[in-house]
Amino acid sequence: MPLTDSLRDDILASVPNLRAFAISLSGNGDRADDLVQETLLRALANIDSFQPGSNLPAWLFTILRNLFRSDYRKRRREVEDADGSYAKTLKSQPSQNAHLEFEEFRAALEKLPQDQREALILVGASGFSYEDAAAICGCAVGTIKSRVNRARSKLSALLYVDGAEDFGPDDTIRAVIGGGR
Amino acid sequence: MKDAKPPANKGGLNAEIQSRIGHQLRAMYDDVVRQGVPDRFADLIRKLDASEAGDPQMNSAGDFNAKKDGRD
Repeated sequence: MPLTDSLRDDILASVPNLRAFAISLSGNGDRADDLVQETLLRALANIDSFQPGSNLPAWLFTILRNLFRSDYRKRRREVEDADGSYAKTLKSQPSQNAHLEFEEFRAALEKLPQDQREALILVGASGFSYEDAAAICGCAVGTIKSRVNRARSKLSALLYVDGAEDFGPDDTIRAVIGGGR
Repeated sequence: MKDAKPPANKGGLNAEIQSRIGHQLRAMYDDVVRQGVPDRFADLIRKLDASEAGDPQMNSAGDFNAKKDGRD
């Protein structure tokens, strides 16, 4: 469909969610915003292929997810965000304890395999149904369910259960789990 | 009774931990959502919208639609 005013407004209204998804995936605010920008450019360039009445957020998330996947393959050998630039993207600085807990959680999330992390975010944070998440990721609904379950199990092991070494946490995680020194 | 553990689900996670993970995930995510739309993206859409009309100087959406297919 052509880009009507209302469609343009709907795309713009999806930006906050696209950013949150991009940051959750990449763990890096700057990279996430570049990803969102690229997503918007692709979406507008291909707006004729969007079916009126279909799920616009799911369509946009699919574009962003595919861009991230191809980008990720190129960058996988690069050093991941180690200086907490994700935290710098946050407007409100949480209290000390809340901040530590947040950093723990973020670090654990980054330990998850790509497939599991995106499934968990789509279902657990973005609020997509299992069906929509499956469409976005191009896999079966059962696959999404199983990825979400495995993601939750791993996060639980990393954050709350002893013996998390089984999942290969790095020294930072180990120190956090052990309460620091 | 008070010693009973919360029921474990299929994955062996207890309900309390699962709800805590869900809460943290949403807190992290919503923190970004609450930042709204940065100017950078609003500007981008505006510029693209203008150039989509075939003439970067043109600012009339009515002309744009008429040019495309004669109706909205």
